[in-house]
Amino acid sequence: GEEEKDGQQEEQLFSIIADIQKKITDAFEVFDHECNKTVDVREIGTIIRSLGCCPSEGDLHDMLAEVEEEEPTGYIRLEKFLPMMTKVLMERRYRPVPEDVLLRAFEVLDANKCGHLTKEELVKYMTEEGEPFTQEEMEEMLSAAVDPETNTVRYRDYITMMVVDES
Amino acid sequence: MGCGTSVTGSRAKKSERAIKAAILIQRWYRCYMARLEMRRQYALSIFQSIEYAEEQAQLQLSSFFTFMLHFTHLNETDTDLISHFLNSPSDFNTAGSDVQLLEYERMIVVPDSYHGPRLSFPLTVADTNSLLHAFKDQQHLHARYVLQLLHETKKVLKQMPNIIHLSTSYSKEITICGVAWNWMIFAIFYKNGLPSEENPYLFNGDFVDRGKNSIEILIILFAFLLVYPNHLHLNRGNHEDHIMNLRYGFTKEVMKKYRSHGKRILNLLQDVYSWLPLATVIDSKVLIVHGGISDTTDLDFLNLFKRNKMKSVLRPPKSSTERNHDQERTEFVDSPIIRVKRCLPGQDFAAKGMTRPSSSSSHRRRHTSDLLDVGEHRWLLHDGINSGPLLEAQYLDSSVRMPNVPSELTAKEWKQVVDILWSDPKNQNGCTPNKLRGGGCYFGPDVTARLLKRYNLKMLIRSHECKQEGYEISHDGQVITIFSASNYYEDGSNRGAYLKLNPDLIPRFVQYQVSKCTRKQTLHQRVSVVEWSALKSLREKLYSQRSELIAAFRQYDPNYTGRISATEWASAVESVLHLDLPWRTLRSRLVQLAPDGSVEYLSCFNDLEIEPAIKEVQPALVETLYRYRTDLEIIFNIIDKDHSGLISIEEFRQTWKLFNSHLKIDIDDESIDNLAHSIDFNKDGSIDFNEFLEAFHVVNKFENK
Repeated sequence: GEEEKDGQQEEQLFSIIADIQKKITDAFEVFDHECNKTVDVREIGTIIRSLGCCPSEGDLHDMLAEVEEEEPTGYIRLEKFLPMMTKVLMERRYRPVPEDVLLRAFEVLDANKCGHLTKEELVKYMTEEGEPFTQEEMEEMLSAAVDPETNTVRYRDYITMMVVDES
Repeated sequence: MGCGTSVTGSRAKKSERAIKAAILIQRWYRCYMARLEMRRQYALSIFQSIEYAEEQAQLQLSSFFTFMLHFTHLNETDTDLISHFLNSPSDFNTAGSDVQLLEYERMIVVPDSYHGPRLSFPLTVADTNSLLHAFKDQQHLHARYVLQLLHETKKVLKQMPNIIHLSTSYSKEITICGVAWNWMIFAIFYKNGLPSEENPYLFNGDFVDRGKNSIEILIILFAFLLVYPNHLHLNRGNHEDHIMNLRYGFTKEVMKKYRSHGKRILNLLQDVYSWLPLATVIDSKVLIVHGGISDTTDLDFLNLFKRNKMKSVLRPPKSSTERNHDQERTEFVDSPIIRVKRCLPGQDFAAKGMTRPSSSSSHRRRHTSDLLDVGEHRWLLHDGINSGPLLEAQYLDSSVRMPNVPSELTAKEWKQVVDILWSDPKNQNGCTPNKLRGGGCYFGPDVTARLLKRYNLKMLIRSHECKQEGYEISHDGQVITIFSASNYYEDGSNRGAYLKLNPDLIPRFVQYQVSKCTRKQTLHQRVSVVEWSALKSLREKLYSQRSELIAAFRQYDPNYTGRISATEWASAVESVLHLDLPWRTLRSRLVQLAPDGSVEYLSCFNDLEIEPAIKEVQPALVETLYRYRTDLEIIFNIIDKDHSGLISIEEFRQTWKLFNSHLKIDIDDESIDNLAHSIDFNKDGSIDFNEFLEAFHVVNKFENK
């Protein structure tokens, strides 16, 4: 009766955890070029984000602190990464940004409420505020975001396009 | 809440909001980019896995050839057929006679209607220029000039030692390219200048086998070699090998372009390949080889033996009688030719002993223990337990002993060459057999360090592996991989690079990316192209082993519900395909999922179907033909002595029967006979096998035709 139900639930939980751990290991192994369960610390951000999390740079920094060695070696071991990441996924932390929230963020930057940002405005915000983009990141964003006809960023369309791309 | 404060307050608040908004956007964007990056990595690992699996398959094919030569149950006619397989044309070569250059002029007439370049020997810069122009205009060089060029090249290469020693003292910089194929060479010459006394080059192997213009590239390289023999250097790569060329397309290219003279060109080319130097050393400090090294690499030894004995790395060496047991025993046991049991369509999966419980994908991209676990088939060279030197091969389920294929290379010589042409560096210490490729080793930083120290060298430059950025530095800066073929797998898949080495021996890298698109594509577009292409290849691969896969899936689904768990699906696929890929992550792109998360395993075959050439052919036969079409093509090409594209019905039947027995395919003789007769469209007793094989390709049901 009750005990059985508990047993079932426990089993389900274990299988969910096992599943999550396999996902994490898979993603980790893509960057484990030497097949020794380590990855370059610079790839951790990519790995974490590819698992569906959306941390800020600051969040990433905190996570890294948890998994780095006492004396940083430049490599992160799966041994340390796995438990940390499992917890993050189980607790559903660093959830992705929903479309409407993203839209509102752009609207905040759009001081004149005209439905678009100029290229210069976007560059200014992205490279000077918050957690600034590198030049490469900026160029890449502009290549997709700027509408070549008007030379502005019609952010509504941009968001829609990006969301479609992902699916 | 005075006016002043509120203005500052609201401005500050606004600014705070803007910052938060910016962070949000940045955060979102970085996540998006990371996911793209991951998709790109997956795509590349798909390509790489499939490529390496192909290389393995190639090695299996060559063992098939050897088996065929000695299959004892054959009657007279069959043996005759078999001898065609291994007796490559050059074995019939009148070894002594050295055709004079002028002989070609007598033998082959160049018609007035030929408007391509006309070479005059000795070659000059005028000739290389005319060749470059001609090839840009898609012209071909006439067969006679090709033969003369190869003839002269062989003469020049013969004079060179196995290991060339260069010095940078008289030139500013030497440019080193690795795996520059197809029109990449033009791009490099354009960017970096043509080879000359002031602009020396070294091409580190693999000039052929990719793209449709390998022969033109060879011609250009050899032409420059003849004009500047001390400034244009070539190292042999693992694709400078006639058996590799059979599989990877170069042989076909030559036969197509040169028809009646193609065979002679290929013969001569075989010789030329075997005379290519094996390694280069610059300023006694920098060693350059195509693949890598092993813990037994002996440069002194390499420099001394007769390198042209190595016609193809895929012909096993004779057994060595003078064996130092300890060392050479290890060499044999680690002999890289590994046979893999092929599971045949429809065969009972469990009976093969290949069922795997939840697969532990412990090693990615390197370790293929699943392959070896099945019986550990190896080539073993015995000293002759009962009688003379024998070759013992594990052949499918039993062991076959046969008289050794006569080859002039000793096992040690063979291994030394294979190691430098096929090895890959790894980051852990040690030296292990390169199971992924089936040849050479994985060598660790300790092996590199020891070798460099032993010969007082500073670094090792090699190619052989595709690198995303076109180059890679490993082993603490002691090993550099240089890969000049941009877009190796697909448009946008990777950059190419070449290396410039100055007298200080400090390398400078030049990267580039050649793209079909003139408009700059977004990263998303580029990744999508590569990804789509990779997934397409992967789906085709899945399809080609459909029966085995279905059998594997059914192991987990005894009640035929059509669904299995994701883990089971991944295990099954991994165990059948032996491709070390992140199947769980790729799953959603390959197969449909049921609402409860389980996998509808038949759905990955939905979109494809094999278009059979003949309607009456049974599905099982169709699948088999599709799966082994490359192997069959190679075999047919070999049988087709006059390269007419036709073989007799009898030859077709015999080949098929032999292939059957090699793979123990369960298709009866009558089906084969029927097939043979139905392929003979015009009932003249001969089969156009190219047409036949080309028809067996996988089509996407929904693709526009």
